Amino acid sequence: MNRKKKIDQIVRTAGLESQIGEAQTFGTMMRRMVRENKLAVISFGVIILFILAAVFAPLLTPYTYDEMDLANRLAPPSAAHPLGTDEGGRDVFTRLLYGARVSLLIGIVPTLLSMAIGAALGILAGFAGGKTDTVIMRIADVMLAFPSILLAMVLMYMLGDGLINIFLTLSIVNWASVARVVRAETLRLKELEYVEAARVTGVSRSKILLRHILPNCIPTLIVLFTLNVPSSILTESGLSFLGLGVQPPAASWGLMVNQGRQYLYTAPWLSFAPCVAIMLTVLAFNFLGDGLRDVMDPHLNKG
Amino acid sequence: MESEEWRVEMNTLEIRNLCTSFFTEKGELKAVRDVSLTVGEGKITGIVGESGCGKSMLARSVMGLIPHPGRLVAGEILLNGRDIAKLSQREYCAVRGSEVSMVCQDPMTSLNPVMTVGRQVKEAILLHNDVSGDEAERRTIEAFESVGIPDPDKRLKSYPHQLSGGLRQRVLIAMAMVCKPKLLIADEPTTALDVTVEAQILRLMRKLCEDGTGILLISHNLGVIAQTCDDIYVMYAGSIVEHADPVTLFEAPVHPYTRGLMNAVAALNRNETVLETIRGVVPNLLHLPAGCAFSLRCDQCGKDCADRFPEMHSIRPGHEVRCHLAGGKEGA
Amino acid sequence: MARTLLKRILQAIGVMLGVALILFIMLRIVPGNPVETLMGEHANQATVDRMTAELGLDQPILVQFFRYIGDAFRGEFGTSYSLGKPVSQLMAAAFGNTLKLTVAAVLFAWCLGIFCGVFAALRKDGIPDRLFMGFSLLGVSVPVFMVAMLLQYLFGYVLHWLPISGTDSWKGYILPAIALGWNSAGSIARLVRSTLLDVLQEDYIDTARAKGLGQMGVIRRHALRNTMLPVLTMMAMQFSGLLSGAVITETVFSINGIGRLAVQAISGRDIPLLQGTTLFATMVVIFGNLLADCLYSVLDPRIRKEAE
Repeated sequence: MNRKKKIDQIVRTAGLESQIGEAQTFGTMMRRMVRENKLAVISFGVIILFILAAVFAPLLTPYTYDEMDLANRLAPPSAAHPLGTDEGGRDVFTRLLYGARVSLLIGIVPTLLSMAIGAALGILAGFAGGKTDTVIMRIADVMLAFPSILLAMVLMYMLGDGLINIFLTLSIVNWASVARVVRAETLRLKELEYVEAARVTGVSRSKILLRHILPNCIPTLIVLFTLNVPSSILTESGLSFLGLGVQPPAASWGLMVNQGRQYLYTAPWLSFAPCVAIMLTVLAFNFLGDGLRDVMDPHLNKG
Repeated sequence: MESEEWRVEMNTLEIRNLCTSFFTEKGELKAVRDVSLTVGEGKITGIVGESGCGKSMLARSVMGLIPHPGRLVAGEILLNGRDIAKLSQREYCAVRGSEVSMVCQDPMTSLNPVMTVGRQVKEAILLHNDVSGDEAERRTIEAFESVGIPDPDKRLKSYPHQLSGGLRQRVLIAMAMVCKPKLLIADEPTTALDVTVEAQILRLMRKLCEDGTGILLISHNLGVIAQTCDDIYVMYAGSIVEHADPVTLFEAPVHPYTRGLMNAVAALNRNETVLETIRGVVPNLLHLPAGCAFSLRCDQCGKDCADRFPEMHSIRPGHEVRCHLAGGKEGA
Repeated sequence: MARTLLKRILQAIGVMLGVALILFIMLRIVPGNPVETLMGEHANQATVDRMTAELGLDQPILVQFFRYIGDAFRGEFGTSYSLGKPVSQLMAAAFGNTLKLTVAAVLFAWCLGIFCGVFAALRKDGIPDRLFMGFSLLGVSVPVFMVAMLLQYLFGYVLHWLPISGTDSWKGYILPAIALGWNSAGSIARLVRSTLLDVLQEDYIDTARAKGLGQMGVIRRHALRNTMLPVLTMMAMQFSGLLSGAVITETVFSINGIGRLAVQAISGRDIPLLQGTTLFATMVVIFGNLLADCLYSVLDPRIRKEAE
């Protein structure tokens, strides 16, 4: 009997159909999304495309990202330079590709980190309840009260420059919202009857945590991940835009926008090209996240 | 004289050959099929049938509130002689609430939670009457009194969540009656209430008739219909299958469906160990047979039954059946 | 209800103190004596020591913290290292501008968001619906600086319609308000649309229609107020995002507000200024959330009842 049929049988005998609904495997959910939500699939493709472009950047462009050509400064888009050149004659398209490495990395790694911290603390708070819950949630409240850019600024001031510090900063800024959502989800799962049943039959608390609660948080976490990556990307680009994030000579999209700012009227493509790149990436992740949420976890709030 | 006689004969509500359908991607769903009924002045007419038989859609058709993608396809709805089926939405708004009103099924969710009940009832008054706010308030208090709400002037300022189910239903009835409509449609008014409250509400409805209001009472509960109505229509899969007064219907039902219903109920009274059921399930309204909709479940199904849609046959005045088998029983 | 209010106020104060403490600690953990940084490498040690003692920087952290809080209550936030003036004075001057900007942005966001959301809901699946929802999606995904710079480019440079920097006249606030509010407008539009669609399915809307109310009447008198409740909650959650956006918007449009002051503080390694501005901005967020909570209680009688 295949896995789905087995699950169906168990669910039916336990009489839990009304609560859990049709037994969902990852495959069924993905297939449903592909069928119903073309936009999410396209977005996924776009993200993969961007990641590949970033990884294979050297193969996609003849220039390097700091190759200067002072004779050709601030040139508008042309055949040789599809997105023009900047104030040092560097090819914008090339810098965009290399910048993608930084921006995408900064989008993904800190989000993973903040999700790990946030999920751990959220599950702990939700499951343990009582004082642990109160303490963790109070700290989360305090972190969430800060406007994110200001908190990021203070943290960068405190930690100093450098990629690792940016990772840390963004993780610290984002963990609290993750913790809140995961805690809510844990509380909801805790009240479901099959957890009650497990507890009553004497299953140990850690087993309940590992076997029942954690796996059911995973859909929420996946959706949360795709929805939080854009927030990291936006915070980083905001920081770099203000000159407080990635520092030259490294390139990130936010930094490119900042550098292009003084030439906004003479060479608008300098700032707008990275802006569009940021926007497309954020849109793609948002669409994908929405699509995932629709199939995996309708419990998360919409809007 | 002739015109006076005619006036006396006029019914509050007369529905003639009403058809309402939903035009979905999967086809035309005929929710109301060729329904004709009357509600006399000061009388309570009941419609009884299972969930999904179209009774609520019938009510909404009379109110002009058929949800999209539904439409009234054919027929006439004569309210005191005036055909309201043809009215535009704007004209209908003047009729709704003042000449015909409706009380819906679930009192717990039928009132706006962020508005006081007094204000909601006043709104009904002010929509159709050019009176001052104070006068509207006075009439609201009067309406609350007439439906038996204690401390009416204090209750004006209550919010729905502060009232019990029974009180909320009374508020809804007050709201429906406050403009003294000729016809009140009550769609499952007591389904969400417990039995003692139900009895009170039904008594209230009988009282409302005394002032000349006609009531169209819709329910799936045979007991409610039996004790309250002067006239009963049985509905199945969108059409009326039998129409009779309560005594006749309960003692000598003719249509196989009605008989099945009565058998199922009567079994409880007779202390039987096996409950009677009507075999089969309610048909999908998208895929109805060309003939009688009940044919698939009918014990006495004849050759013709599934092919020809049966006409209404009159067994005697006031007792009609939509069944091929009843054709032979015409006349006394 | 007064008791719940009091509880919420106390909670808010607790969070404020927590914020102040964490901020304080973060800024003091930085290695190195800020006085030394200020005075340069060649400063004489005795002077450094004297200044350090004067500024109270040699005391244990908690003592410093309580002194800071005490001063803060009196409106004293220290003196800016880089600009030399009292932080409170700098913030007072800047606050007005930030307030004007934020209020304008919120008004813009609400008007545009609610209008688009309602319209889209009423013409569900039609062209206006798709158009507005497309725009709102853009609104949510576009970084603030992009909108800001686009607006500057289009309306300031190309069309010369509006000023692109400074706040000499009220016109100077138009573009920044749009840039700042754009994001909120997008999420409000989406939420209004989905909430309104849900609300219109409720039973009490049927009752309202049965009374004889037309579509517009139903929406105006019954649907809107119920729709606004979740929207209000969402707006409260957006305060902190709004202030973040203000930092960038003020920088792009050269508006002398709290956000810009904070950026200046960082480049000037100016701890009192950074601390003051960040603390202030966070207070605004907390206060805004408290206000929204109270407003919600006022609007939704069910919450009021539970609180009693």
